[in-house]
Amino acid sequence: MLEVKDLHVTVEGKEILKGLSLTVNPGEVHAIMGPNGAGKSTLSAVIAGNEGYEVTSGSITFEGQDVLEMEIEERAQAGLLLGFQYPVEIPGVKNVYLLKAALNAQRAARGEGEMPAPEFMKLVREKLAYMKMDPSFLQRAVNEGFSGGEKKRNEILQMLVLQPKLAMLDEIDSGLDIDAMKVVAEGVNSLRDSERAILMVTHYQRLLDYIEPDYVHVLVDGRIVKSGDKTLALELESRGYEWVTEESAA
Amino acid sequence: MATEEMEQLVRREYTQGFVTDIESETVPPGLDESVIAFISQKKGEPEWMLEWRLDAYQQWLKMKAPSWAHLNYPPIDYQAISYFSAPKSKDDAPKSLDEVDPKLLETYEKLGIPLHERAALAGVAVDAVFDSVSVTTTFKEKLGEAGVIFCSISEAIRDYPELIKQYLGTVVPKADNYFAALNSAVFTDGSFVYVPEGVTCPMELSTYFRINAANTGQFERTLIICEKQAQVSYLEGCTAPMRDENQLHAAVVELVALEDAYIKYSTVQNWYPGDEEGRGGIYNFVTKRADCRGDRSKVSWTQVETGSAITWKYPSCVLRGKDSVGEFYSVAVTNGRQQADTGTKMIHIGEGTKSTIVSKGIAAGNSEQAYRGLVKIGPRAKGARNFTQCDSLLIGDRCGAHTFPYQEIGNSSATVEHEATTSKIGEDQLFYCRQRGISEEDAVNMIVNGFCKDVFQELPMEFAVEAEALLNVTLEGAVG
Ligand SMILES: Nc1ncnc2c1ncn2[C@@H]1O[C@H](COP(=O)(O)OP(=O)(O)OP(=O)(O)O)[C@@H](O)[C@H]1O
Ligand SMILES: [Mg+2]
Repeated sequence: MLEVKDLHVTVEGKEILKGLSLTVNPGEVHAIMGPNGAGKSTLSAVIAGNEGYEVTSGSITFEGQDVLEMEIEERAQAGLLLGFQYPVEIPGVKNVYLLKAALNAQRAARGEGEMPAPEFMKLVREKLAYMKMDPSFLQRAVNEGFSGGEKKRNEILQMLVLQPKLAMLDEIDSGLDIDAMKVVAEGVNSLRDSERAILMVTHYQRLLDYIEPDYVHVLVDGRIVKSGDKTLALELESRGYEWVTEESAA
Repeated sequence: MATEEMEQLVRREYTQGFVTDIESETVPPGLDESVIAFISQKKGEPEWMLEWRLDAYQQWLKMKAPSWAHLNYPPIDYQAISYFSAPKSKDDAPKSLDEVDPKLLETYEKLGIPLHERAALAGVAVDAVFDSVSVTTTFKEKLGEAGVIFCSISEAIRDYPELIKQYLGTVVPKADNYFAALNSAVFTDGSFVYVPEGVTCPMELSTYFRINAANTGQFERTLIICEKQAQVSYLEGCTAPMRDENQLHAAVVELVALEDAYIKYSTVQNWYPGDEEGRGGIYNFVTKRADCRGDRSKVSWTQVETGSAITWKYPSCVLRGKDSVGEFYSVAVTNGRQQADTGTKMIHIGEGTKSTIVSKGIAAGNSEQAYRGLVKIGPRAKGARNFTQCDSLLIGDRCGAHTFPYQEIGNSSATVEHEATTSKIGEDQLFYCRQRGISEEDAVNMIVNGFCKDVFQELPMEFAVEAEALLNVTLEGAVG
């Protein structure tokens, strides 16, 4: 469903992704690991359409569509959603309002009408309970004054309401306590089905204990230098990244 | 005021404004004592009023236009303006909505302006407004029963001379500033409200103005008096952009609140800002001031400013009464080549006086805006408090926002807090919203409305909704 081919990306003249390729099929869960500054967030940001990056060559397609030709919102409407490493605060805009606007925008793009308010509220409350969040979060301004962990839960709440085809999660586990980690992982797992795929960036095996990946990729210096199954993550955990880098250089 | 009088007034207003056969009487451009005498006579004013005007004129002659505001505009030729024009002939007006600029109609549509009001606002020479006469009459009846006087200022000068003599010019003195002096000499339109002791005005004084807004004058004069324990909520203006040939507008608004009275004055201003280059837009130089004379009296100014080429306006409160309260909530939006210099003055004189200022400025396009606020605490204002919050939001990088807070604190027991922020509309906020599937335009609107929320919630309900719609229309195409 997602096909990234020989992607080169620069930021302010500096090349960050240097020929990255990746294929994700429906039903799969991919984990991307790698040292700080390797380009992991850059990859998900470019797929999501962040305009701060320049794609100098290569291609990205999603369900046959040329992603690089699509507006940010069109990508989201097509089912490509990014859970942010640092969710953004929007003062004065209620969380529930953002959810509603997003859901209805996506429905409109699919040619569906607005979801009636009672149905919407029922849906949101259900998902909120699933994420073990207090209903008061709906009335608060988007991410404003949320703790780090609450912001991450809120990202997953949005995913549960919007039901993306491909959920990209950038360090969704950072800043979570152990209980919150479980809640977030359960939220993500509930998205798993044969039609949907998940692409997650993480540094820690712990998240992968809860969300078992089908594939693990190691991203070093702008390229995927090694791919494997979930055992690769365990190996990385015990041996670090250096051996992978050396192996690929050899 | 008796009901019949109210009805008569309504009839007269409409007769003056909307019957097709009125001879247009316009004095030639220019200003001298004979022009002022002409205006006074046309309005059927008593001799003392003419003297009042002439005195203002003499003082104006000695004054200079202010040059300190953060604005740029070519000097105004005051001899090129015509200071009295009776209702304009309808010959030049569009005959039907088909002849009106489709863009304007589109805007009405987006704002949800009722059909029967659109024609009036666009200046169409039909009697569409008569539809609303019956509405207005019921309205007047209700006010009459409560004893509330609500009429044009000219009417009040003829019918309530004692009230006028007692209050006119006591809040904004004739020579207060250049534009106030000019207004005092030549004002021709405006409203008068008197709420008697203990009366809470039974309705928002607003509907009336939406309907009559198309008739807004160039030099308006408004006077609102709230007696002890009286209350009124007054809404001025209109969310629909109005056609107007007068480039210069210089209004004066005076509010008087006696003991325990409460006046809430809300403004939604959306005059023509001019074309892309700023040509043809309206210059809006307004003096608005409230005098909280009575103990525990309270005045709240709430304004949403989106129109005009140039706005120069500082609604202020003089907090004289003990424990009196002044509030100022403002949203100013500028786009294109608009310039706005707005803010407020809170003058604390009495003990225990309190004021709150919340100002939200949004600049887009090539526009420039400035917030200018003065908080002055006098020596007798023991325990006075002020809280000021002043936030600016920039959309794009060709616009500017400037904040000039002034404080004069003459009493050590006072508490004055000031918070100010300037932020660019976050690329990251936009990205976040769009990454959820929301279009760029909707995302901008959402973020801007969120930014203004503290002010919008002060507006009367129906106008809060309109104000949001208005903001969205004003910022259309501001990004991208
Ligand atoms: N706007 C920018 N200006 C300059 N350099 C940038 C910019 N954005 C990203 N970079 C650089 O690109 C490189 C890759 O950044 P990226 O955020 O993708 O790394 P990451 O793999 O997600 O790292 P981490 O594990 O620390 O989150 C880094 O060296 C970073 O400093
Ligand atoms: Mg990262």
